[in-house]
Amino acid sequence: MSDGERVPRHATSGLEQSIDRRSLLVGTGLTAMAAVSASVAGAAPGFVERLLRERFAELSPERKAEILDRLEQEYSERYGREVSVEDTPALDGVEFAYGLDIARCVGCRRCVYACVHENNQSRDPQIHWIRVLRMEKERGIDFTESTAYYEPPEVPEPDAFYLPVACQQCRNPACVKVCPVKATWQDPDGIVVIDYDWCIGCRCCMSACPYGARHFNWSEPKIPSQEINPRTHYLGNRPRPRGVVEKCTFCLHRTRKGRYPACVEICPVGARKFGNLLDNESEMYYLLREKRVFVLKEELNTQPRFYYFYAT
Amino acid sequence: MLKDVFSFVVGSARLAFRGGRLYYAWLVALGLLTAWGATAWWRQVTEGLIATNMRDQVSWAFYIGNFTFLVGVAAAAVMLVIPAYIYNWKPIKEIAIFGELLAISSIVMCMLFVLVDIGRPDRAWHLMPFVGSLNLPSSILGWDVLVLNLYLILNLVIVGHLLYTAFFRRPYNSRLVVPLLLFSIPAAVGIHTVTAFVYAGVAARPFWNSAILAPRFLTSAFCSGPAILLILFQVLRRTTSIEIKDEAIWKIAELMAYAMFLNLFLFGAEIFREYYSATQHLIHSQYLFSGVQGHNALVPFAWASLIASVVAFLLFLFPVTRHNLVTLNIGCLLIYAGVYIEKGMALVIPGMTPDTLGEFYEYVPTLVEVRVGAGIFAAGFLVFTLLCKVAIPILQESERPEEAEHSVAEAA
Repeated sequence: MSDGERVPRHATSGLEQSIDRRSLLVGTGLTAMAAVSASVAGAAPGFVERLLRERFAELSPERKAEILDRLEQEYSERYGREVSVEDTPALDGVEFAYGLDIARCVGCRRCVYACVHENNQSRDPQIHWIRVLRMEKERGIDFTESTAYYEPPEVPEPDAFYLPVACQQCRNPACVKVCPVKATWQDPDGIVVIDYDWCIGCRCCMSACPYGARHFNWSEPKIPSQEINPRTHYLGNRPRPRGVVEKCTFCLHRTRKGRYPACVEICPVGARKFGNLLDNESEMYYLLREKRVFVLKEELNTQPRFYYFYAT
Repeated sequence: MLKDVFSFVVGSARLAFRGGRLYYAWLVALGLLTAWGATAWWRQVTEGLIATNMRDQVSWAFYIGNFTFLVGVAAAAVMLVIPAYIYNWKPIKEIAIFGELLAISSIVMCMLFVLVDIGRPDRAWHLMPFVGSLNLPSSILGWDVLVLNLYLILNLVIVGHLLYTAFFRRPYNSRLVVPLLLFSIPAAVGIHTVTAFVYAGVAARPFWNSAILAPRFLTSAFCSGPAILLILFQVLRRTTSIEIKDEAIWKIAELMAYAMFLNLFLFGAEIFREYYSATQHLIHSQYLFSGVQGHNALVPFAWASLIASVVAFLLFLFPVTRHNLVTLNIGCLLIYAGVYIEKGMALVIPGMTPDTLGEFYEYVPTLVEVRVGAGIFAAGFLVFTLLCKVAIPILQESERPEEAEHSVAEAA
């Protein structure tokens, strides 16, 4: 697992010492306490272990493998089919970026639902990682006057254009800065991820995000068994527990294996572009060199890796 | 030593449960209210936060608003500590300690409001220093956890030491207590400043992203916290033999008048900037004060809060009404209500309405939220009642000469 602060387990930095002290504390006093209270409460097996888990980013490879195995079992049982959970790390020499051609987008929202299916978003209550905003042509990009709830007989509408918004994978992510427990961080390929088993659900990140990209599981997420996507990633599209925050991960379970995100694949008008900024053969490299792009809310200095442009 | 601690604990417990019918009725009422809230919280735990009306668009609301208000009440203890040391009142020890007791109860309520707000209360330990993974120095909420705990410990040590020594009729160690009391002044300013920074640091929310948010937090706290204490002092001097002079009450009221003026002035400065520059960011203030496109749930509350704050200021400004206990108490209630609305509803909710992509989701709390909130306030009052019930006789007995000796011995 690669995260922004990779530290070898045997290093003797101050950080490492505090981790060790924590493991020790967690390992002894708390385990005993929790074991007693859990056995009193007649809790399900594995409850104590889950309660006292450490941050995934700090675990040894063996512990990670154990946890992934257990999750696979749990999900396979729950959905009645083989579900895999991997933790493919960021690739070296990769910095992902996204391009969206506003001139082409017709507002059909196929991307929204492709994303829901690919990333196992809750169907009830509905969670959408992509929000397509209908803007009035006369006003240009104006969030205050926009709406995500447009229902015309057909799209595109003559007076409108459409602005899809999801996580902007900022270089300077406000959400990571405010998280009180280091449950969210930026991987080396630029993707901001969340450890759903560490998030406490305080929703500071949702306050901090200027793009409404983060979503909370207000109740137990529901996905029909036949609709589950069984290829999952620990930091991405695996089924989420209740009470934690989730967001777009540029489909890291696909893109780290050289595939396009689901939204890019589904887009019927080719408005969506994706690629590696560090590869001068890539689509995104070409786009930034040849087209004129802009980012949303640039004055907030979040420095998104999500670029908008008008190509036609 | 251990035997002493034991007899202190047992003696305190006896004092806490020594009371008449009225006292027990009060305890039972608070207990029932707490239980009513606890059952609502249990429903929230089993169903998830869907039991509230918070959603992605308004993801912080009633709970965090109450938390913010109560941090202010906790910080207000310094309004006693500062003048106690500057003006050197006669019953100095007795009065200062009620500020500390109020602070302890308020911090307990603050922590409960955070606990009920988070989606995974089972993981609350991730916030514990050393044991969890506190994201310092970058997370302001992380700092808030630290300073709130520090402030709680500080007050527990001060109160614990004062009561423990008084219980055994020993003089308290002023080399311990005085520095701690003085340290509690910047610590109180700290908890409210850091809480303000949780909001003010969020660039995505222009309604909060203001440099004068922390000063506004402090001035409003110095209005609402002492308002509770002024009423409490009047109750105490009627029901107990604790001596609290009118001059002392008037002096606090005078200091509150300054705080109220500053509070209104800073509010006006904010309003001027918003309405004169009239950028798109104005929409949050418009939602609060006049409603936007038929969304106007907060409008009556916003105006009630403003009117209450102005009237309270006028009542506290003129010596005639400030020195009249009836008008003074009306002013106390008005300023308390005004600040409660301002912090509880008029800060958090309009900051998130409309959301960052311009969507209007009009939030009003569910019954579950109101019940949980009422339960936490009841629990806080319960803590405060028990603390006062223990503290008052201990402090009074220790003041009195030998003839009361036997009653302490009896209690011990």
